[in-house]
Amino acid sequence: MSGLSISRRGLLAGISAAGASAALSACGAKTGSDTSSDSAAKADTSGSTVKVGLLNSLSGTMAISEVTVHNALLLAIKEINAAGGVLGKKLKAVSQDGASDWPTFAEKAEALIKDDKVAATFGCWTSASRKAVKPVFERYKSLLFYPVQYEGLEQSPYIFYIGATTNQQIVPALDYLKKQGLTKLYLVGSDYVFPRTANKEIQAYAKAKGMTVVGEDYAPLGSTEFGTIVNKVKDSGADAVFNTLNGDSNVAFFKEYKSSGLTAKSMPVLSVSIAEEEVKSIGTQYLEDQLTAWNYYQTTPGAANTKFVAAYQAEYGKDKPTSDPMEAAYISVYLWKEMVEKAGSFDVAKVKAASDGITLDAPEGKVTVDGATQHVYKTARIGTVGADGLITEVWNSGKPIKPDPYLKGYDWASGLS
Amino acid sequence: MTTTTTTSPAPPVALLERFRVPAGFALGAVLLLGVAPLALSDFRLSLLAKYLCYAIVAVGVSLAWGRGGLMVLGQGVFFGLGGYAMAMHLKLADAAATGQTLPDFMQLYGTGDTLPWWWEPFANPAFALAMTVLLPMAVAALLGFFVFQRRVKGAYFAILSQALAAALAIWLVGQQATTGGTNGLTDIQGFFGYSLDDPVNQRMVYFIIAAVLLLLMAAARQLFVSRYGELLIAVRDSEERVRFLGYNPANVKLVAYVIAAGMAGLAGALFVPAVGIISPALIGIVPSIGFVIGAAVGGRASLVGAVLGAIAVAWAQSTLSDAFPAAWTYLQGLLFVVAVGFLPGGLASLGIVLRKRRAGTGTGTRTTGETA
Amino acid sequence: MTVILNQSFTGISIGAVLLLIALGLTLTFGQMGVINMAHGEFIMAGAYTTYVLQKSISSAGVSLLVALPVAFLVAGAMGVLLEWLLIRRLYTRPLDTLLVTWGVSLMLQQLARDIFGAPNVQTHAPDLLTGNISLGGGITLANSRLFILGLALLSVLALTLILKLTPLGRRIRAVVQNRDLAEVSGIATERVDRTTFFIGSGLAGVAGVALTLVGPIGPTMGTNYIVDAFLVVVVGGIGQLKGSVITAFALGVLQSVLEYSTTVSVAKVIVLVAIVAFLQWRPQGLYTLRTRSLA
Repeated sequence: MSGLSISRRGLLAGISAAGASAALSACGAKTGSDTSSDSAAKADTSGSTVKVGLLNSLSGTMAISEVTVHNALLLAIKEINAAGGVLGKKLKAVSQDGASDWPTFAEKAEALIKDDKVAATFGCWTSASRKAVKPVFERYKSLLFYPVQYEGLEQSPYIFYIGATTNQQIVPALDYLKKQGLTKLYLVGSDYVFPRTANKEIQAYAKAKGMTVVGEDYAPLGSTEFGTIVNKVKDSGADAVFNTLNGDSNVAFFKEYKSSGLTAKSMPVLSVSIAEEEVKSIGTQYLEDQLTAWNYYQTTPGAANTKFVAAYQAEYGKDKPTSDPMEAAYISVYLWKEMVEKAGSFDVAKVKAASDGITLDAPEGKVTVDGATQHVYKTARIGTVGADGLITEVWNSGKPIKPDPYLKGYDWASGLS
Repeated sequence: MTTTTTTSPAPPVALLERFRVPAGFALGAVLLLGVAPLALSDFRLSLLAKYLCYAIVAVGVSLAWGRGGLMVLGQGVFFGLGGYAMAMHLKLADAAATGQTLPDFMQLYGTGDTLPWWWEPFANPAFALAMTVLLPMAVAALLGFFVFQRRVKGAYFAILSQALAAALAIWLVGQQATTGGTNGLTDIQGFFGYSLDDPVNQRMVYFIIAAVLLLLMAAARQLFVSRYGELLIAVRDSEERVRFLGYNPANVKLVAYVIAAGMAGLAGALFVPAVGIISPALIGIVPSIGFVIGAAVGGRASLVGAVLGAIAVAWAQSTLSDAFPAAWTYLQGLLFVVAVGFLPGGLASLGIVLRKRRAGTGTGTRTTGETA
Repeated sequence: MTVILNQSFTGISIGAVLLLIALGLTLTFGQMGVINMAHGEFIMAGAYTTYVLQKSISSAGVSLLVALPVAFLVAGAMGVLLEWLLIRRLYTRPLDTLLVTWGVSLMLQQLARDIFGAPNVQTHAPDLLTGNISLGGGITLANSRLFILGLALLSVLALTLILKLTPLGRRIRAVVQNRDLAEVSGIATERVDRTTFFIGSGLAGVAGVALTLVGPIGPTMGTNYIVDAFLVVVVGGIGQLKGSVITAFALGVLQSVLEYSTTVSVAKVIVLVAIVAFLQWRPQGLYTLRTRSLA
């Protein structure tokens, strides 16, 4: 027995020595030093096809929402290929499943960039997944097109933000509520980054513009008990509820809201995360006449939208609704195509340089890329939910709003970032 | 109580058998430290580094569950504590490197300009490193002491662990200003002064993880064959008898539980530089079950089986879920059912089961491990 | 005062939901010691049963009433199938049952996704159940919550009567208290097990129908409830119906009080930590079943 343990010890010593020598011989760069030369990944654009990455959760809790975005992306790629591709090359979509898990998103982003050598990646939904992949795209200097409205306060040089930032969704929504005389607000949100950041901005806005926030409450993601929160809302004497709840929680919240006797007339709820797809799963019974804030609805007028809705439903089924994030995902591929064609190259630096001023007649109306912030000019639209489950616009900002992710152009927001 | 008798080591019969363990260990070392880094691309190697972190957890699971019969369904808690301890230090170091006092996310979402008091000690690398292991061990000791002393039954213990995992995850999510909320701690740039952007340093992280895994496997192996290891199995198989012999089974179990927690903490700490993120998503109930399933598939009582099982399941998860998201979920469920339900010794026991069946001595898997 | 009354009612309604989802488990886990993680998916099956029935029965009220017994049968049948296929082979390994049924729950969720699609589906609640009763002074009781409360109490009553008064109940109790003795006394324990599992799983289906009134209906809805349900049974004391009833309402009221004074997240954390602490102090739960076994 003793001989055995000695040989084992010898082995261990050998291995630790090997490990130590490897450690000594291979000291890499220290933090802060420039490593760009060897870590930037090169996209493979040599063949007759070009790979693009689709990074969505196809499984797990977020799959409900992200699969629709995935479908919209595939539709755009199919259309572009049918029309001849980009710079004469056909696009080949490589799908990776983020599995609703943030570290997995980071892993898959790396797989797309390094293994598949994609020219650009489209996807991510939650802020958490975007934050997880951001360092990956920055490290390898590869592009991500992010299609969902988000909390702002971010500007990565390697991400194009195609969804609304706060001044294109939340601020106009507040303007609208103020104009309607609904100045006492109750804030209800899921417990994560977007609602908390959004509510901080709402608090600042309210303070500066004479509105009052009478309450602020958060429920854990996936929470389905809203008895207490609805009781609090009811007793608060608020004029309206500003709702940043996400996913399943909305279902439970609106069911509770209605059974407690609150209605869209007595205390309207303005939601920023409920689109056509969510309306279907909550039930129009509970949502009728409630308000939403987005940049696009299935009912948004215009030839571009008629074409988009028809194409989407032809591909995925007559009863499938289209929604804001889907539309943003759809146009993100077209915007990238325009950028590449203007640059005449798939090279990331050239594409970025060419991005400013790219304009598209999108289903949501005219959109223009702002090269400085890598966000998009978008029109804000307030809508109400109808009995048929579709959302009808009741107000819009008239013209596309310049993106301002850090709210620098707003005096009241000076203390926020 | 859960028992598995299939893998109890047979008495050495041949000389060959005596060298099986060191030879196997040497083979593993060559594969992990020599072949893998040469054969795999940087990206694949960093994936392997991640899987090896799960394998480190599996070493502890094999000890506590395989040998001790303790259903450790809260390993996510310990993994997370270790991971957050490490990530907090690295975030502070990143901030210090750029002349900031607060990590980036606190500047965005935080409430003040001062660091929360409980972050401060983590600026010290030695303290943070110690905490990656000691914090999980302390929590495990506290929980385990009462639970085992009071002879809480396995089912209670499992559900208790899950409640704790859920509570920690919800708490971390709720404290966005100081923990990063659902985002977790992300965008980690450096590892004790070395830039993680550099592929060379990424390889180093891999080597460290592989070396830690090998060391822990060797240590666990020694523990398995030690007097304590025998006692642990005795407690698993017949706690009452051990008690009548004058030992306190609670202490025996506690040691295994605390060691397993320490290993999970260390794995979490190493996960951070390897993947660059730690988040509440790695802590809750689902990941905690995930941590034991690899061990269950490979063979909980067999160290090598548990480690290989953990690596294989993680690999399958990331490879198959892209190509067949739906089919993979079915397969995953089926894996649980078959591996745990019909092959309680895991794939490691497949050889034994088949041999038994061929020799006509056993009636197959069903009777295995059902000794009272 | 209004606040206190409204909050108490909220607490009781949370308790009623907890009770309803845990009731089936008091049988399968409490009485039989089976940790069935697929219990949540039986709840889901009940909810989807309501959804499917609504497609053929246009009246929301009628379909809800029809759904209750149908969901009981559907979930009960699924339970029996599970018991027969897997669980009966694992009675001596309760902890392994946990992992095996977790695997089953993954498969059932995916099955629901494949059949009904990944997004949540909606059911139409009868108008009567979306309203509320006003008691004056700002105190309102939501009809859906009253319905769930009534259903929970009715289920408890039915279960108590079955266990106390019927021959089946006597056999179930005999098997729980001493399986070997029951077996030698001529009780077909395997059949009793299966029946117990049928009733326990069926109750999950009934809970699923009720939950369509207050929560989302989707493939992963079961996971929202499963751990809470187990905690109720564990804290109540395994094998003790009254323990579960008291625990469910106590936890509900505690949760609602904490939610009001802190936040929902903090309340949830405190409740979970309190449960962990409580079980350290009293690991056998509120009530214990006296048996002669050593462990």
